[in-house]
Amino acid sequence: MAAASKIDPMHQFQIEGLSGQLSGAPFVFTNSALWMMIVLGAILLFMWGGMKREIVPGRWQAAVEGLVGFVTGLAMTNIGKEGRAYVPWIFTVFVFILFSNYMGLMPFGIVEAAHPFTVTSQFTVTGLLAVISFGIVLIVGIAKHGLKFFSLFVPHGTPIGLMPLIVPIEIISFMVRPFSLALRLFVAMIAGHILVEVFGNFMVQGLNAHSALGVFVWAISFIFVLGVNALELLVCGIQAYVFALLTSLYINDAVHLH
Amino acid sequence: MPQLTQLALVYQSQLFWLLLTLAVIYFGIARQMLPKIEKVVDDRNARIQGDLTAAAVARDAANAAETTAQAADHAAREQAQALAAKAKADATMHTEGLLAKADAAIAVQLATAEASLAAARAAALNSLETVAAEAAQDIVAKVSGAQVSAADAASAVKAVLAHG
Repeated sequence: MAAASKIDPMHQFQIEGLSGQLSGAPFVFTNSALWMMIVLGAILLFMWGGMKREIVPGRWQAAVEGLVGFVTGLAMTNIGKEGRAYVPWIFTVFVFILFSNYMGLMPFGIVEAAHPFTVTSQFTVTGLLAVISFGIVLIVGIAKHGLKFFSLFVPHGTPIGLMPLIVPIEIISFMVRPFSLALRLFVAMIAGHILVEVFGNFMVQGLNAHSALGVFVWAISFIFVLGVNALELLVCGIQAYVFALLTSLYINDAVHLH
Repeated sequence: MPQLTQLALVYQSQLFWLLLTLAVIYFGIARQMLPKIEKVVDDRNARIQGDLTAAAVARDAANAAETTAQAADHAAREQAQALAAKAKADATMHTEGLLAKADAAIAVQLATAEASLAAARAAALNSLETVAAEAAQDIVAKVSGAQVSAADAASAVKAVLAHG
């Protein structure tokens, strides 16, 4: 019991094998995979509810149409009319990250076994998303423009003298893109969850102390957890939006070369 | 950090299940359901646009009909006014003609009357001369006993009348 009450905010990110021991093999079903399936189920349920295709939409259908319109608008405003081809991927990224983030915030943890697992707090997940986005940028860019794609590293109107300085900077900033994409989301998720976990533990320990100071610590921590949770609700949406927005901006670079 | 310590153990499983999930979202939802939802939205927008266009056409037709009706009304009013003015002018002309005819008749009558008056007056004056000459003849005969011829008396009277 003493060991369990020790603060271990990283435990929530632990992946456990559900279909057997973790072995490094690809087909082991884990709690992470389970929550991906739950997220997928939630997305399917949500989208299915919007498929009534009535001329006057109900609330659910209006919500689904709003989401679709939002993502389509994002792609079309940032990429232009060629953006339609990339709507499916941007939608996939946005919806998966959004649902994963919010699924990780769900208070299922009041039943211990149902503690949600935030798949977007795994850089294996955010990394793959970023790599696919970056891969689309590379493939589209080179397929559309061939070697001219690399003129992306030479901004318009750069003086020749500054080329040796500007071009490496541009190359580095381009190469950093998948890492910044993946790490931004991963760090935002993990930081918020650690904060909530740590101050949640302070609350428990404060109450267990059975003293005036303990109650004070509990009250302060409670307010803090409340605030961090509110912030998390915001960050979950913003991070999904930022990932989708940056993906569309990078694709725009690839399609239009500045 | 479990993400690092477990990396070698879990990355294959993570990638496999994530790819599976993303594939379902991408091919099942984003490529299958999304176009249908977009089509519903587009159809609705098209229908709203069509209704608005139809309403605009109907409004234009109503406006055109109103303009036509107003023009017809205006034309009818002008025609009526022209007819009234013509009738009034005709009536005035007719009255004037009658008046002129009556005036002319009156003028003729007047002239005749004046002429006969003048003739009567001249006759009266003539007879006055004759009477005066006879009176002068008698007066001369009574006063001087001289016999004056009627012609002399007449000329003398004429001279006196002319002078006096």
